[in-house]
Amino acid sequence: MVATTPAKQEAKVDKRFKVIDVTLKRHNGNPEGLIEVLHKAQESFGYLEEEVLEYIARGLKLPLSQVYGVATFYHLFSLKPGGAHTCIVCMGTACYVKGAGKIIATLEENLGIKVGETSADGQVSLLSARCIGACGIAPAVVIDGNVLGKQDSESTWSKIVELKGE
Amino acid sequence: MDLAHLQAIAEQEKQRQRAIRLHCCTSTGCQAAESLQVKDNLKKAIEKKGLGDRVEVVGVGCMGFCGRGPLVQVEPERKLYEEVTPEDAESIINALEGGKATAKEGDPDHPFFARQMRIVREHSGEIDPERIEEYIAVGGYQALYKALYEMTPATVIEEITKSGLRGRGGGGYPTGLKWATVAKMPGNQKYVICNADEGDPGAFMDRSVLESDPHLVLEGMAIAGYAVGANHGYIYVRAEYPLAIKRLQKAIQQAKQNGVLGTQILESPFDFKIDIRIGAGAFVCGEETALIQSIEGGRGNPRPRPPYPAERGLRGCPTLINNVETFANIKAIITKGADWYSSIGTANSKGTKIFALTGKIKNNGLIEVPMGITLREIVLEMGGGVPDGGEVKAVQTGGPSGGCIPASLLDTPVDYDSLLKIGSMMGSGGMVVMDQNTSMVEVAQFYMEFCREETCGKCIPCRTGTVQLHNLLTKLLDKRATTQDLELMESLCQMVKETSLCGLGQTAPNPVLSTWRYFRDEYLALVKA
Repeated sequence: MVATTPAKQEAKVDKRFKVIDVTLKRHNGNPEGLIEVLHKAQESFGYLEEEVLEYIARGLKLPLSQVYGVATFYHLFSLKPGGAHTCIVCMGTACYVKGAGKIIATLEENLGIKVGETSADGQVSLLSARCIGACGIAPAVVIDGNVLGKQDSESTWSKIVELKGE
Repeated sequence: MDLAHLQAIAEQEKQRQRAIRLHCCTSTGCQAAESLQVKDNLKKAIEKKGLGDRVEVVGVGCMGFCGRGPLVQVEPERKLYEEVTPEDAESIINALEGGKATAKEGDPDHPFFARQMRIVREHSGEIDPERIEEYIAVGGYQALYKALYEMTPATVIEEITKSGLRGRGGGGYPTGLKWATVAKMPGNQKYVICNADEGDPGAFMDRSVLESDPHLVLEGMAIAGYAVGANHGYIYVRAEYPLAIKRLQKAIQQAKQNGVLGTQILESPFDFKIDIRIGAGAFVCGEETALIQSIEGGRGNPRPRPPYPAERGLRGCPTLINNVETFANIKAIITKGADWYSSIGTANSKGTKIFALTGKIKNNGLIEVPMGITLREIVLEMGGGVPDGGEVKAVQTGGPSGGCIPASLLDTPVDYDSLLKIGSMMGSGGMVVMDQNTSMVEVAQFYMEFCREETCGKCIPCRTGTVQLHNLLTKLLDKRATTQDLELMESLCQMVKETSLCGLGQTAPNPVLSTWRYFRDEYLALVKA
């Protein structure tokens, strides 16, 4: 243990770092906890900004390059902020065979963005997933964490219009 | 806790259960179709009618017929309701006393159910996965007791070996042999890992097992731990399965409270604890050496084998890695014996396999069938064929590592060796049906894009080979390719297959090779005139 933990230096700056501290503590500074710490950090910050990665690197006594390497290796970690809402279109085989590609094409056109981007008004991030395992109700779309089954271009777009209207 | 306690819990639970039980599916698929609301409304209706002393509604795991969810089944009369809406709930309760339910009635004897043989999924859709008491009431943790008190680690391994069980993650390596290798290794610290990083698109068997019967997997892992001499297990689950993670956490906690996990399990000297590790969205982490890297907090890069994890795995210690479904088979083998288990299936593939039957098919969902059943029986009889009079063109098994089987080979029996022989593989259990409107070259491109995105980038054949193959397929689909490009494609496939470091790269060309083999006309038709 170092004399001044990262928490003491920066806790005043941002409460969200506390969540990271709790996880760091549970792993006792063991580098094996890196992925879990990144999960928690992303949960509390929404994405992994550079400052957060540096903070974690210090907490686990790892080179920043290694933390960055792991954060960029896994698809679920994002180094950029997302939109207010997220729309994930499942592109697993079952969804693909049943027309998930068309849903994506419609959303891309209507939102004027590509998969992986956020709409200009900062409202919607459009993502695709490899397979969310809801193949029985394909094509599936996940909007803000809610799984919607048997979707098509119109039903998904109307959901998004609804969200944006809120 | 000892055996008497276990039996007492089972007895108490049986006493508690009401005469009529309404099983309401609460798995991911059905939850997306408001099944939780259905369950709430059923509960309210029971209370309203004052039937609480003889009727109860139970949130259960997956019943299998996901395409027609939410499902509600009334036991013991077995009446099945499909596509139930929250508004139907009250009428279902009224129907118990002779009324008419507004929900659509299903057929519990439909070939989709009748042709199944349920070993792993025996209690899926019948018990509440969030209550250990229900699992104990159907004989749960009795196999662990039997292993600890009536068997030695060596006889457990012998039993598993004799059963002929092979790894259900896709590779089909004999489970008993793997266990024996780990058991033989010297050292005090060994680990058991459950691979629940089910990444194949179109596959959700493991998710369903974890959501429907998590204790079955925990019990299998504990028995494995006893057999190989490990006291610590990990379950590596993909983050895309939040409900499975939640139920596993709950199950582990309940198992600890009841003394079937933790220290001195069932008052024996055996200790075993299980921790969960959550993935972060990398397909390659399904590969065992990559998975170990990921548990250790690193990038999921595979490393060359040997040494195999059985010799040097997690933290350099001997490690047993099996898939969810493999562990879920252990309880039945220990309870009913290897002879019973090996009487099911074919000469070299024993037992049953769960498949996720999806795509252009009438009855989609999860099925558990004995090995050796033909694809035709699965797709046409159980699955009901393609909806709206369409025709089956191909069946894809094994995900991005497998291949497309043409309709002409539908009589192939489903077992490890037969599927390999025709250029596909068993895989983890995804089975996607494609109809006459599906372009096979596009399917090949779809899988190649998948592999291109998911390659970890460590070895060159996989990193650049998948990119080049994808480019060639795109060129072909744009009608810019020549016959020379096709030759190049074929030789590149061989190269990637033979020289890649891990299973991901070695099998990545399979979707291209199998469609090239069986649907060559479609490739040739796209060649630039």
